[in-house]
Amino acid sequence: MKEEVRLMKGNEALAHAMIRYGADGYFGYPITPQSEVLETLEAEMPWESTGMVVVQAESELASINMVYGGAACGKAVVTSSSSPGISLMQEGISYLAASELPALIVNVMRGGPGLGTIHPSQADYFQAVKGGGHGDYRLITLAPSSVQEMCDFVGLAWDLSFKYRTVAMILADGIVGQMMEKVVLPPQRPRRTDEEIRKQCPWALTGAKGRKPNVISSLELDTAQMERNNERFQRTYREIEKNEVRVEMLDVDDCDYLLVAFGSMARICQKVMENAREEGLKLGLIRPITLWPFPYEQIKNAAKKAKGILVVELDAGQMIEDVKLAVECKVDVEHYGRLGGIVPNPDEVLDALKEKVINKKK
Amino acid sequence: MKEEIIIAGFGGQGVLSMGKILAYSGLMEDKEITWMPSYGPEQRGGTANVTVIISDDKISSPILNAYDTVIVLNQQSLDRFESKVKPGGILIYDSYGIHHAPTRTDIKVYRVDGMEATFTMKNAKTYNMIMLGAYLKVKPIVSIDSVMNGLKHTLPERLHHLLPMNEDAIRKGMALIKD
Repeated sequence: MKEEVRLMKGNEALAHAMIRYGADGYFGYPITPQSEVLETLEAEMPWESTGMVVVQAESELASINMVYGGAACGKAVVTSSSSPGISLMQEGISYLAASELPALIVNVMRGGPGLGTIHPSQADYFQAVKGGGHGDYRLITLAPSSVQEMCDFVGLAWDLSFKYRTVAMILADGIVGQMMEKVVLPPQRPRRTDEEIRKQCPWALTGAKGRKPNVISSLELDTAQMERNNERFQRTYREIEKNEVRVEMLDVDDCDYLLVAFGSMARICQKVMENAREEGLKLGLIRPITLWPFPYEQIKNAAKKAKGILVVELDAGQMIEDVKLAVECKVDVEHYGRLGGIVPNPDEVLDALKEKVINKKK
Repeated sequence: MKEEIIIAGFGGQGVLSMGKILAYSGLMEDKEITWMPSYGPEQRGGTANVTVIISDDKISSPILNAYDTVIVLNQQSLDRFESKVKPGGILIYDSYGIHHAPTRTDIKVYRVDGMEATFTMKNAKTYNMIMLGAYLKVKPIVSIDSVMNGLKHTLPERLHHLLPMNEDAIRKGMALIKD
């Protein structure tokens, strides 16, 4: 069968991917720049085809707690929102993490802090990879840079999330959400039957007939037990760090300077590389695909040959902290970013590289 | 082949849908495509723009600082984007409501009286198709067949009876370009 190529927005691709990867439920509340996710799901009416539930909840708090409930039953559940809405969900995300539940959360970031703007931003990096909710927990954080990845990462996020019983987040931004590109949707994956869910998720609340009841709770008043729980979480996180780092490297073996960027900014940086090449300047690009687990080793190794590094982000300098940790002060690392919803064009990035990294060397 | 285009004008003039139809036309010809709208609170009366990139190869950035072709439908957009045409590139503008015509001499400038044409055609809603036709005459990056195919994909079936009217508008736009 010839695969079907379609043209759609990143947000629409997310919605189609949720259906195609066999989601059991979506719970969300509209917010720009990701409202097309809910809109597309409502238009596709998957409750009539796959039986997937789609609920426009009354708030983000309701959405994340519906996700909590669905996840506790072993269902493949998802919510999506944009920055201010994701802030509202942090309590629920921490509870999901403490209850070791698989779930998918999509953040199509916009400019903050506060209600901010509706334009693209990457300033929720810290919130996604360093916590955001309380307690020692991690989210598997995937950063798509194309509409195709918006689609593919839904499947990947769920697979990882169920494999490790950990919440996964797709951290996109207004550019990737709003732009249209070609996308090939996956074949329809059937939703798991109740029997399959019981087998895959023996911990889930599936009805205790014939077995001991399962308990899903984030509360543990016995501190010794709570420490053991935390140690178990940490063991899982170490496993994820060992197995699940994903990174894209472009021209890193033959370059003078390195750019590090994720998501939409990595796309802009590819144009910067093209333009720089015309000036005889060789640039490489490292694009972390998993923001957690972060590709420390890969960056450390690639940086050995570089004369300098520019980290390009739509924020005031967040991922740069992880890049600095990776290179252990052996290479100069500078930052360039625009704030509050402004997106730099490729020329601005190249100028910044010259000013902050190249000319400083001379 | 790689064409980097921005279309800019008032919200309601069909800027985003013109870009969308162009994008779908590219899809019909198996090109790589990126369509990036300005998605601010633009509605009727505000300004809107859309970047469309059509290419044989993989497309890098959806955000650009210079364009092969700039199509502007009002004075604000002309003021903002005239300087963004690559040297040797193309600027297409509608003279309707334009007080300061473009001044650059290192690019090819085409004045298209598309708004005026809608008055004689008595159908203002095909305005963006007239402008699209003018552009395709200047730079035939996709065939009319592909555009019509693309339109079929963007219009719901209940509106397919409007396809011939749109094709007329495209041809009208093409005729507005004098060699």
